[in-house]
Amino acid sequence: MNNPNALLHRRDVVQELLRDRRELLVVAGLGAPNWDVSAIGDSPNNFPLWGAMGAASMIGLGLALAQPKRRVLVITGDGEMLMSVGALATIAVEAPANLTIAVLDNERFGETGMQKTHTAAGVDLAGIAAASGIRTTRIVRTQAEVTEIRDLAHEGRGTVFAQIKINPEALGFVMPPADGGILTTRFRQAVLGDSALYN
Amino acid sequence: MNDVAKSQGQASLPTWPDEVYQTLKQAGIRQVGIVPDAGHSRLIRSFEADPETRVVTLTTEEEGVAMLAGAWLGGERGVLLLQSSGVGNCINMLSLPVICHMPLLMIVTMRGDWGEFNPWQIPMGQGTKAALESIGVIVTRADEPHLVASTVQGAANLAFNTWRPTAVLIGQRVLGAKNFKELARK
Repeated sequence: MNNPNALLHRRDVVQELLRDRRELLVVAGLGAPNWDVSAIGDSPNNFPLWGAMGAASMIGLGLALAQPKRRVLVITGDGEMLMSVGALATIAVEAPANLTIAVLDNERFGETGMQKTHTAAGVDLAGIAAASGIRTTRIVRTQAEVTEIRDLAHEGRGTVFAQIKINPEALGFVMPPADGGILTTRFRQAVLGDSALYN
Repeated sequence: MNDVAKSQGQASLPTWPDEVYQTLKQAGIRQVGIVPDAGHSRLIRSFEADPETRVVTLTTEEEGVAMLAGAWLGGERGVLLLQSSGVGNCINMLSLPVICHMPLLMIVTMRGDWGEFNPWQIPMGQGTKAALESIGVIVTRADEPHLVASTVQGAANLAFNTWRPTAVLIGQRVLGAKNFKELARK
């Protein structure tokens, strides 16, 4: 906190968000957030995206509405969130108590050559979330603040949006299954039980 | 239900939206994503009055494609109500249900179709079916009011039994073409 230039490392952030995750359901946006979540541990309770840029937060909404007793955490990137910024308005209106959106904000399109995103020019995603009506929003710069987001994600007392400023580092790929049918079926089996296989 | 029964007694109003509502209820629909269209207004009102369904207004149609993928992951069925102009907004997002073998039921009210007065509606209206089919959505179409509900039922069965994205196009002939130019003259 004393040195604002000491940016968080993305996999430290994700490891803390997923600490003692228990029944937490995780949607990971395409690109590095997918690899980060998979690096911490592939799980049937993860739905990692390999495409459909802009989908992550709205998948989180549909899932949170369908499973109100479960906690849903969306972990995505700033470029992915910017592509569907209108979704923040939709999610704010629906206000699911069990949904947390954590944006890993490196201010870059990391998969395509580290071009700057709008957040590099100061676009304030947390401000957009707050102005949309999401009650709990944070800009996170320390691991202690990451822990607060982790705890909020597990408590489920209201929609949470966190813009987590991270180092624009390119790390190794850690890939989950790429087959959408496998990802979907194993997730549904984990959430709904074996009956999901028969309908 | 009582409202539906009452409204069916009013001969001047079309009854197909009420039949579609009953069909979708029987299909187990719980989440309803909408970008409104006049042609959907009666169906939307039915869902809004239904405590079992959640109507979610979207800022753009592709949000609904993603939301209903999340609903399916969580064990709920949904429907996306949109106008043909919104189909173009959905194209890349449709790769999600296509590649993940997820059901998706879209009900599309057509513009740029029979009797259209607004030239700006023509490009997307004429491209709607081809655009959907190009990404892998199964498209069926109803051009007569008495065929709408059965077409929706067929598409719902296909979507939820074979885990495929489907779209029903409701032709402008069913909906009645607007003519703002005539209205402006009055």
